Formats: sequence, structure tokens, C-alpha cells
Amino acid sequence: MAVVDRPVVKPRPVYLNLFAIRLPLPGLVSILHRISGALLFLPGIPLLLWAMQMALTSSDTWGEFRGWFASPWVKLVAIGMTWAYLHHLFAGVRHLVMDLHIGMDLPAARQSSALVLALPVLLTLVVAVRLW
Amino acid sequence: MVTRQRVVVGAHYGWRDWLVQRITAVVMTLYTLFFLALLLWHGGLDASAWQRTFGSGFFRLATFLFMVALLWHAWVGVRNILMDYVKPVTIRLSLEVAVIAVLIAYAGWTIRLLWGVV
Repeated sequence: MAVVDRPVVKPRPVYLNLFAIRLPLPGLVSILHRISGALLFLPGIPLLLWAMQMALTSSDTWGEFRGWFASPWVKLVAIGMTWAYLHHLFAGVRHLVMDLHIGMDLPAARQSSALVLALPVLLTLVVAVRLW
Repeated sequence: MVTRQRVVVGAHYGWRDWLVQRITAVVMTLYTLFFLALLLWHGGLDASAWQRTFGSGFFRLATFLFMVALLWHAWVGVRNILMDYVKPVTIRLSLEVAVIAVLIAYAGWTIRLLWGVV
């Protein structure tokens, strides 16, 4: 009797082929938010504490700290961390703004995600130019 | 007929973590702006300006607040990542304990840096 009412059974779980899906801009901001967050946890936090220690202990350690930046590898890490911090910050502010129900429709969300992708890259370039 | 109401229960930490993640984010954003303003004001920091800045009790307290926000924020974020990608409970739990231990150690390092408590 009630058989007719039963919904069609779909095979579950559904596996999506992630490589066949084109990631929209807000999706790109989202995954980069997670990746940058992971990078800020490691190596970000220990590097920050180490830098603070070098800067605060004495003028000698400060000089030693400055000396590290002669290496291009250290510069690259600093630039990478700068990008991670800025991207995470900007994507986070976008989150907070959307929590206030501002910019929720699709065109606005696309525009803000483009802004959040571009601005940290530009600012990181400024830092990179100053560092080299 | 007995109707059973299905009550969904949980640890209820979801909403709290959601809120914590936002409050700590705001704290860190304010500190970042404050720090950038300081950098611009001094035109960069040399060793003496840097040590003078950290000589102020207010700045040390603000920095401590930032670090607490950072470590707490990191815990919520890293735990979310672990919950998404690490399915075996024993491995996930071990990693979570390791992350907590590391974050507490960072907090100790921060206090020692700021107030020289060895």
C-alpha cells in the first residue's frame, strides 16, 4: 500500500570526483583559508615565537635575526608566511562581514572573493619587493 | 500508538567554538592593526625601539592577549581540520592531544618571553 510513497533509494554514500568539478572563486578562497591556516599553525606559530625571542633577548640576537634574512630561503619563507597571514586575515574578515548578512548574494560573493584573493597577493608583493 | 520524539543531543561545543573563532579573530585583527600603526609610526623597528616597545606593560599585556587568542583560534581550526581528514579515532585523538600539548607549551614560551619567568 505505502510502497508507492517510499522514496527512490539512491546509492549512498555519493562519491564526487573532485577533479571533475571546477572550483568557483569563493570555493578557492575557502580552501586557501584552510591551507593558510594550517601553514600558520605550522611553521607559523613556532617561527613567530622564535622571531620574538630573537628580537627581545638582546641586541646581539637581534643582529643575528637580521642576519638570517640574508638567505633567500629565509626570505621565501617570510614571504610565504606573509601571504598566509594576509590571506587568512582577509578571508576571515569576509567571513565576519557575511555573518552580518552583508554581501550574501552570488555576484557580491564572487566579487568579494576575487578581492580577498587579489589583495593579499598584491600586499605580499609589496613586502617581497621591500625584503629583496 | 507510542510516538517517540527523537531528541538530538550533542556536546554543544559547536556554537561555542563558532563564537570563540570569531571573537579571537577580532582580537587578533585589532592587534594586527595596532602593530602595523606602531611600525609605521616608528618607520620600522630597530633593536632599541623594539625592546622599548616591549618594555611597556600595556604592550606586553596586549601581546599576551593576542597570543592567547592565536593559540585558542589555532586549536579550534586545527581540530576542525583533523575532524575532516583523520577518520581513525585513535590517530585523531593522539594528534589532538599532541596539538593541545604543543599549544600549551607555546603559551608557556610566550609567558617566559614577555615576563622573563624562567
